[in-house]
Amino acid sequence: MPYIPLPDHLPGITGLLEYSQVTAHPIRILTQTLLRGESTLTAAERELIATIVSHNNECKFCTAAHTAAADVLLGEHETCEIMKQDIDAAPVSEKMKALLKIAKQVQVSGKAVTADAIALAKERGATDIEIHDTVLIAALFCLYNRYVDGMATVAPSDPAFYTGLGQRLKEHGYNRLPNGYDHLKTQVQPS
Amino acid sequence: MAHITLPDESLPGIVGLFNFRPETTGALQLIAETLLRGESSLTSGERELIAAHVSYLNNCHFCHTSHASAAMAHLECDLSLIDDIKQGFNQIEISPKLRALLNIAGKVQKSGKEVKESDIEAAREQGATDREIHDAVLIAATFCMFNRYVDGLGTWAPQENEAYREMGQRMAFTGYVRYAEADL
Repeated sequence: MPYIPLPDHLPGITGLLEYSQVTAHPIRILTQTLLRGESTLTAAERELIATIVSHNNECKFCTAAHTAAADVLLGEHETCEIMKQDIDAAPVSEKMKALLKIAKQVQVSGKAVTADAIALAKERGATDIEIHDTVLIAALFCLYNRYVDGMATVAPSDPAFYTGLGQRLKEHGYNRLPNGYDHLKTQVQPS
Repeated sequence: MAHITLPDESLPGIVGLFNFRPETTGALQLIAETLLRGESSLTSGERELIAAHVSYLNNCHFCHTSHASAAMAHLECDLSLIDDIKQGFNQIEISPKLRALLNIAGKVQKSGKEVKESDIEAAREQGATDREIHDAVLIAATFCMFNRYVDGLGTWAPQENEAYREMGQRMAFTGYVRYAEADL
């Protein structure tokens, strides 16, 4: 049960972003820019950064949601699951492995990011903008994960919920849907 | 030196990052403006204290000292009281409600999962509303982002409290948005 009254049909972050639309507005803009804006990292690669940070913060809702988004963008389920166990074993580029390791350090603390981790990413061809965006995406998910769990929001147990959400994130990104979310009222059963 | 090459290395903390990646700057500034200076039943001084407290717990000197300085500006306190935030608010006068919200913010700094029903109940007993609890959690979570951004990219920060005096005044009274909302 969330600590404050949130709409039943909008679990996890989705209810919070509707509860407080004024504060949600710039957070949505930042997320859309970082995860879907122009970048030399693919949308799937950026979803992997969101996933590894949410996984390490043990945020069930965000991990499942961004795993689903990455899966639908990649067209397979293996990469996320392997990455969560062992970044080096994941079928991603060497540069991406180095960036995911930086993201993992950011999850612990900004101060935990080592010069060695940065140097490795640069050696493997990461640009300053890619390193910047990796750090900021990882930091942003430290915000989301704390917001979602700090308010004790509900994480649905039905995997089909996240498949639908992943599809929505692929098609619409992170901007608020123009017509809101009332059409979801019949689709989600409280878990 | 920062981990990435910034256009102006003389600019400290997040300020140096703002002109590196203008695509994300406007939204970041609007987040700070909305949370710390937007409409709320918590005063801006109270909200800046939450931001400074979380930044201190994250060991982020730039964010801690700059937001503490902004809080002092709002509260009309002497800059020497900045260090009282580190010592757990013995001299700065804060309400029991704010103390309960600062406790929640401290839990959020560790992990969202650390916030327990009893922490929420304690805040409600001191008169905190749903909205105030929400805002305290979101401000704390947001500074877990800002702190990681500032330190994760290895930016530099002036040491002395005095170096943050003008910055705090500007944050408190001019605000955080230097890009028009229309650009977003």
